[in-house]
Amino acid sequence: MLEVRDVSFYYRPDRPILRDISLELRSGDILCLLGPNGTGKTTLLRCILSLNKIKGGSIALEGQELSKVSAKKRAEMMAYVPQASSVTFPYEAGEIVLMGRVAHLALGSRPTEKDRRRAEEAMDKLEISHLSRYQFNEMSGGEKQMVLVARAVAQQARILIMDEPTANLDYCNQVKMLKVIKVLAEQGYAILMTSHFPDHAFLACSKAVLMRDGVIMAQGMPEEVVTTENLTALYSTPVCVAEAKLDSKDTVTKVCIPVMNN
Amino acid sequence: MRIRSSQYFGAKIIILVCLTVVLFFGSFLVGRYPIPPKTVVGIILSKFIHIPQTWDATLETVVLQVRLPRIALGILVGGALSVSGASYQTLFKNPMVSPDILGVSAGAGFGAALAMIHNATWWEIQTSAFIFGLMAVLAAYLIAYVFGKQTITVLILAGIVVSSLFQSLLSIVKTLADTENALPSITFWLMGGLGKGANKDVLFLLPAMFLSLLLIFLYRNQINALAAGEDEATTMGVNVPLVKMIVVGSSTLMTVCAVSICGIIGWVGMVVPHIARMLTGANYSKLVAASFFIGGAFLLVIDNIIRGVEGVELPLGVLTALVGTPVFVLLLSRVKKGWS
Repeated sequence: MLEVRDVSFYYRPDRPILRDISLELRSGDILCLLGPNGTGKTTLLRCILSLNKIKGGSIALEGQELSKVSAKKRAEMMAYVPQASSVTFPYEAGEIVLMGRVAHLALGSRPTEKDRRRAEEAMDKLEISHLSRYQFNEMSGGEKQMVLVARAVAQQARILIMDEPTANLDYCNQVKMLKVIKVLAEQGYAILMTSHFPDHAFLACSKAVLMRDGVIMAQGMPEEVVTTENLTALYSTPVCVAEAKLDSKDTVTKVCIPVMNN
Repeated sequence: MRIRSSQYFGAKIIILVCLTVVLFFGSFLVGRYPIPPKTVVGIILSKFIHIPQTWDATLETVVLQVRLPRIALGILVGGALSVSGASYQTLFKNPMVSPDILGVSAGAGFGAALAMIHNATWWEIQTSAFIFGLMAVLAAYLIAYVFGKQTITVLILAGIVVSSLFQSLLSIVKTLADTENALPSITFWLMGGLGKGANKDVLFLLPAMFLSLLLIFLYRNQINALAAGEDEATTMGVNVPLVKMIVVGSSTLMTVCAVSICGIIGWVGMVVPHIARMLTGANYSKLVAASFFIGGAFLLVIDNIIRGVEGVELPLGVLTALVGTPVFVLLLSRVKKGWS
């Protein structure tokens, strides 16, 4: 669905931010983009969303060159879930979700019954219908993040680009968000998310991409890519990937732990 | 039971429209000449259907040539400033923004003053105010376009800088102005007033407002999405540069027309959108309709107070702030939540 080929980006030619980035996202994929701060993850998302203009390479959406697709068409194929922030004015959660329908509205017409239903369905899907009349700014971080995902779902795009969907969330909300992401992927959405938790690659993702200094260090299945050696190199600090026994039936999952040696 | 601000929008708008209509007709009764309601209705109806004339011709002049343009201007100017204010506040994501943020008023004030020290006619003063008001906004927009990559912060900054430039120029003109005639005229112009408005001013304002309001109406959902920020609006499929240009263009056109006819009227453009937001919630497509009628009704009431007070004609721009300030304080005490 989304194909990124040899993309490069810079603000000044002598200081490249992204170099030869290639990745592919298919229906049902959950791609986790890992990397230290300031490595260009967000810049890559902005390039994919056409908020930054790429300097080289190509990005294709459903086989169409991204730069040749109008903003409206793009929004029908790809939605963005930003990190939860606040809006200046007292919007209700339901109004924020309904904003996601703007690309589907004819010029000058107001949201139809169908648009309202789509917004309600999106909130039902994320189990936040009861929050519809709450003020967005008064919600908790986890609730806000769910509202923004609902807005992207209401947009009816099949590709979701998520910027750190689990940032600033407690364990309960992290798990809730990862479950939502998994359910969406099972329904055929293609999801690209950034994260600072390598564990999440094991918990939810089908692909992991490790990015450092604007280039891709490794990409592939999380089990193959997210290893002690790779993470230690990625974050330039010792990280241990260990196996943890979850219950008496010997269910095992991998966990990543930063190691502090004085 | 508390009525939620986003509920019953249709009913609220109908009430606002009725209120405005009642105020429109009621305002004909206010003024130095007492005219009975029956006569007012007769005079107005006689323009549409044939009614035997039972009233003095002077009364007809008062109603149709003096009160009608003033009342119409009150509603149109109040509505224009409020819609511009609501649009800018949503676009700039800033509750403290008013329609003159990009320099319209400062530019128009300088233009009017410049014309006044050259003993210009009323029409020339209006034209000069119009041209300089437009120039100021254009300058701010160009500065932001060329140097600021069109970012909103730079646009606001450019507007403030251009405003202060024209305010300095205005001060120079005031220093040079003849203290017997020109300086008092400039001072009164800067305080605003509907008193000089004539029917031809209404005819000049109407098409500009119709065009601006139509554009804003057509793009209201897109402007609403801009409240989430430019980047998010882009990813939701909004053509942000186009919508931004429509907001700035329409707001500027309405404001510059209003200001060049009525002088500088503060507060309405900033306070009314907040009052409207308490009534309809933050959703721009609802806010903008409520802003128009509340703004029109508000300015009309203020002007009625001015016309009703015997002996002295208080300046409109002064009275709006006088009433606007307590309203704004009340608002701050009521709406603590929701802003951040």
